[in-house]
Amino acid sequence: MDQKELTALKDKATELRIRVIDMIWKAQSGHPGGSLSVADFMTACYFHFMRVDPQNPRWPDRDRFVLSKGHVCPAQYAALAMKGFFPMEALDTLRKEGSMLQGHPSMNKCPGIDISTGSLGQGFACGVGMAMAGKMDGKDYRVYVAVGDGECQEGEIWEAAQTAHKYKLDNLVVFVDNNGLQLDGTTDEVMPNIDLGKKFAAFGFDTYEIDGNDMEQVVAALELARVVRNGRPKCVYAHTVKGKGVSFMENQVGWHGVAPNDEEYKQAMEELKALYIEKEA
Amino acid sequence: METKKIPTRNGFGEAIVELGKENKDILVVDIDIGKSCKTGEFRKQLPEQYINVGIAEQNGAGVAAGLATCGKIPVVVTYAAFGSMRICEMIRQEICYPKLNVKIACSHGGVTPANDGASHQAIEDMGILRTIPNMTVIMPADYASAKALVKKAAAYEGPVYLRFTRDAVPVIYGEDEDFEIGKAKRLRDGGDVAIIANGDTVCLALQAAEALAAQGLQARVLDMHTIKPLDNQAVAACIDEIGKIITVEDHNILNGLGSAVAEVIAEAGKGRLKRIGIQDQFGQSAPYQRLLEMNGITVENIVALAQSQW
Repeated sequence: MDQKELTALKDKATELRIRVIDMIWKAQSGHPGGSLSVADFMTACYFHFMRVDPQNPRWPDRDRFVLSKGHVCPAQYAALAMKGFFPMEALDTLRKEGSMLQGHPSMNKCPGIDISTGSLGQGFACGVGMAMAGKMDGKDYRVYVAVGDGECQEGEIWEAAQTAHKYKLDNLVVFVDNNGLQLDGTTDEVMPNIDLGKKFAAFGFDTYEIDGNDMEQVVAALELARVVRNGRPKCVYAHTVKGKGVSFMENQVGWHGVAPNDEEYKQAMEELKALYIEKEA
Repeated sequence: METKKIPTRNGFGEAIVELGKENKDILVVDIDIGKSCKTGEFRKQLPEQYINVGIAEQNGAGVAAGLATCGKIPVVVTYAAFGSMRICEMIRQEICYPKLNVKIACSHGGVTPANDGASHQAIEDMGILRTIPNMTVIMPADYASAKALVKKAAAYEGPVYLRFTRDAVPVIYGEDEDFEIGKAKRLRDGGDVAIIANGDTVCLALQAAEALAAQGLQARVLDMHTIKPLDNQAVAACIDEIGKIITVEDHNILNGLGSAVAEVIAEAGKGRLKRIGIQDQFGQSAPYQRLLEMNGITVENIVALAQSQW
């Protein structure tokens, strides 16, 4: 990827962050912290790596995205809207009655959602099933799964991990959004994860440890995960900052599931817009 | 009368092989108890369609959901206690909410795990799963209906929970009998009392009806193999044409067949009901027949209830 493409991708991530904060502010409800920490991975997937067709969301050969940490769906909704799966105005309906943009993703309501999630620990196993189906059918699509570090406290994550190893799912990439915080406090306080990278490696994954908010590193890791087809599933163990891009949200437990007020919204918008490298389109 | 006895899990095991041969998208997702649940032949004959996720039920449900989004028809196979309660929320969130085409096929329903004890006896499963939207809940009465209903479930697009017996139960139906999901089978007609049963208790209902006939009482016997969607019309007909109804089930009397029938009767504002089933108590290691007796699930009890005034 050349510098120009990288810059464009970084600006896409900034746009995605802006849309995340905008929709959560309008809804006065949602999860900004984790949506911002996963934003660079989300952007890299939808705007560089994934083969999807917004006109044909259930295209059988598409790459799949599983947001196992379903509460950060504003990040995915923003990506889907920016990609053209549905009109941008739909983002204003987040969490509202009758909206396709449910508080947690619903595959039968929102085009582009490949599996309904929201109950933590469950999406990863679904991603494993999708990757398995791809292998069975001889298709070359990939499955990208985003899990939270707090979510890795769920036992089902590890059940799914051992299945990915057993069935040699090198078409599966799990992105561990290691932002160090969960609802009740830091992960170290609530339930220490020790080293999730080592854990996934021990479960038979090729593991790439990166700064998950550095687009260059995200792209490099996903590119490796894409080209290395050695029968081993891939884990991108990504150190991220919860609330990344908005100074007062960064590394703050309190911004897990709270919407900004008008003043906070204004400041967040100013800070995020300042992140654009090229001029705003 | 000498009747042939076969566990209904055998009917499942045979049907799933036939289905798998016809359609390569039919997959078995085993959870390390395939041998007990009769998937051995499928595993042997259709290894490409066979998955074993190890002792990890939650994962089995999730993997099945993912497979279903890709057009597969996964059949998750385990014991009823685990396939309903251990993975209840995975079934709700990842299978029923998105209405995915996943079948949960469970052996060891009711008290049929007998000497395994209370941990393995599933007395709450059908009731729990019938409260989840989009779920269909079925317990076939015998080997032949198990085979037939497994095929119907595979042809139906959406989540289905199927429950089979570990123990051998009498064969009631011929191999060519046709079944419809959600439509009760009237096995015998009579105007004095209606006995609505499902699963391994249908044979008890039939024996009771025979004993009653010998005493001049005519019983209608329904095999309510599907408790959700319930055949409301068949229940309504029992209310209107007979009035006196007894339900029999190898399941807790709370929330199972008896409760489902009670809901129809209560809303109709007429009809009388007595429920025979597990008396809201855990079982123990004991012979299957003894466990039924401990809960009053016997031919004698059905007959006595039918004869008494209430």
